[in-house]
Amino acid sequence: MLWRIFSAFVKKEFYHILRDRRTLFILIGMPIVLVLLFGYVVTNEFKDASIAVLDNSRDDLSHELRQHLEASGHFHIVADLRSYGDLEGQFKTGKIKMAVVIPARFEDDFFDKKQTTVQLIADGTEPNYATTLVNYASQMILRFQQIKSGAAAAPYRVKVETRMVYNPQLRSAYNFVPGVIAMILMLISAMMTSLTIAREKETGTMDLLLVSPLPPLLIILGKVVPYTVLSFLNAVMILVMGFYVFHVPVLGSLPLLLGICLLYLAVALALGVLISTKSETQQAAMMSSLFALMLPTMLLSGFIFPIKSMPALLQHISSIIPATYFIDLLKSVMLKGNDLSFIWQPTLILTFMLVVLLGLALVSFKVRKE
Amino acid sequence: MPDIAIQNINHNYGSVHALQNLSFEVGKGELFGLIGPDGAGKSTLFRILTTLLVPTSGSASVAGFDVVKDYRQIRRRVGYMPGKFSLYQDLSVEENLQFFATIFGTTIQENYHLIEDIYVQLAPFKNRRAGNLSGGMKQKLALCCALIHEPEVLFLDEPTTGVDAVSRREFWEMLQRLKAQGITILVSTPYMDEASLCERVALIQEGKILSINSPAAMVKSFDKPLWAVKSDRIYQLLLDLRTFDLAERVEPFGEYLHIVGRPGISQKTILDFLKNKNHEGIKIQPAQPTIEHVFLELA
Repeated sequence: MLWRIFSAFVKKEFYHILRDRRTLFILIGMPIVLVLLFGYVVTNEFKDASIAVLDNSRDDLSHELRQHLEASGHFHIVADLRSYGDLEGQFKTGKIKMAVVIPARFEDDFFDKKQTTVQLIADGTEPNYATTLVNYASQMILRFQQIKSGAAAAPYRVKVETRMVYNPQLRSAYNFVPGVIAMILMLISAMMTSLTIAREKETGTMDLLLVSPLPPLLIILGKVVPYTVLSFLNAVMILVMGFYVFHVPVLGSLPLLLGICLLYLAVALALGVLISTKSETQQAAMMSSLFALMLPTMLLSGFIFPIKSMPALLQHISSIIPATYFIDLLKSVMLKGNDLSFIWQPTLILTFMLVVLLGLALVSFKVRKE
Repeated sequence: MPDIAIQNINHNYGSVHALQNLSFEVGKGELFGLIGPDGAGKSTLFRILTTLLVPTSGSASVAGFDVVKDYRQIRRRVGYMPGKFSLYQDLSVEENLQFFATIFGTTIQENYHLIEDIYVQLAPFKNRRAGNLSGGMKQKLALCCALIHEPEVLFLDEPTTGVDAVSRREFWEMLQRLKAQGITILVSTPYMDEASLCERVALIQEGKILSINSPAAMVKSFDKPLWAVKSDRIYQLLLDLRTFDLAERVEPFGEYLHIVGRPGISQKTILDFLKNKNHEGIKIQPAQPTIEHVFLELA
């Protein structure tokens, strides 16, 4: 009997979803759009960056340096400047993001004094991009110096060799795929669930459901289960896109990874139900979801800004955001291939959050008003 | 034993006293009307009786169960049609009915006899989304959904508000048929003319009950002289009559003004007064009191 009621509920919920274009778009379009957006637009990787060169030396060596920079395929010299005066104009029009200034007597100083300075000037209005460009150019110039000095270099020196483990090429996809999963699951599970329950309150249908023999738990489950299924499918879809489009590997166990997704999903759903019990209208539910869930998930979970560099207060806030642990877990399992023995701690914290939120949600779900 | 028993119910929203010491009973199988203007507290009382709202004080029982203690028992025995259309607008007529039948653990087939009269009118639109139905059709569907589980007590909160005159009459005919099947019905309405279709009515205003009686007895209890008057200048007539010392109250009523008179009022005294005020085209005739007169008298 209960099963029949429950399936009627789920069926009704799917009617709502399939008949509302907005919901359908958020459920299906949003994950794809976000993944592609983060993959192709919001990225620190660059290719063919336009730069200018101010060559005050114009000798063989400076010419070689220019070729060296362009040969990488990452820089494209669009302007050959005559003086410092031209520099500002180029930056102002936005044609170039960085300029390389080669001093006079570049070749002579390099070989005679063994000391010369190349200046890199970058457009600081986009700090991340500028830093990336400057870092990359510095490394290339260093490499150029090594090639040119060769064995003739000073006999004593420390050579630094860096290696980025787990993400040797520093691909941003390794970071954003877990981040987007955390966001999408929060968006769909928490926001959509709270919206759909708030909608039943707003239209008055919740009253009709309450004035029926249905147990409250069944009302909640009937709302939550369809969204669980859909968000889980979304998580899988993003993982697949990450794997095939952006080559983000899954080194750890797949069942463990999916299990973690389900755990986080449950936390998000509990949050959604909790929000809906506190909001009477869809608009209120939307606002609470956006400010209490989406923004922290995006900004404070370590997805976009590193937690370690946040002020102490924000670090504390980030430690109560489920996404913080979830992203940590995802990276652990996907990129480091860790098993449960390495990640039991964040898993336990998420489980604890789930129990607390579920309890709160059930207690605050009112079967009648005072 | 009455199907609905209300004793000294009070309800406050903050400092607003929505219901003040309400007490009345509705017998088994009775069609009882709650008549009063918007904001009188009708919906609040419905929400208390359907166990959606816990009263501030007082007690009430529905179908023999206490609305606070045994709310679960009540929820399987009543049908509720809220004042606002509250079905799933994006579900079709049939899907709505199917859903409500299922959550009450029954099927449309099982209780089809209860809704047959109403459903045959809806059947041509059964695949239409509920949101696209006309006002009258929406109300019929909502009634079907409230009836599909064979409730003992039916609560209809302003079912005819915003519904055209023909649909309203049809709706009341349906209620009479449901009553004939033994279902207790509590119905509220702001339309005084619908009161006469109930067995008994309670007049309610500002959270207080003004009077409870059968509509006929209520009208009969109105014992003051009542005159219907009109002239060519109806607005001036109203202003003048309000200065008439034999008139207790003057109210517009259709194309006439109705005067509730004091002792000594007669056709002649009215005519003399109006001629004195230079009115022309004067028409004066005795009028029959209605529930509305009773309500205005008590309010």
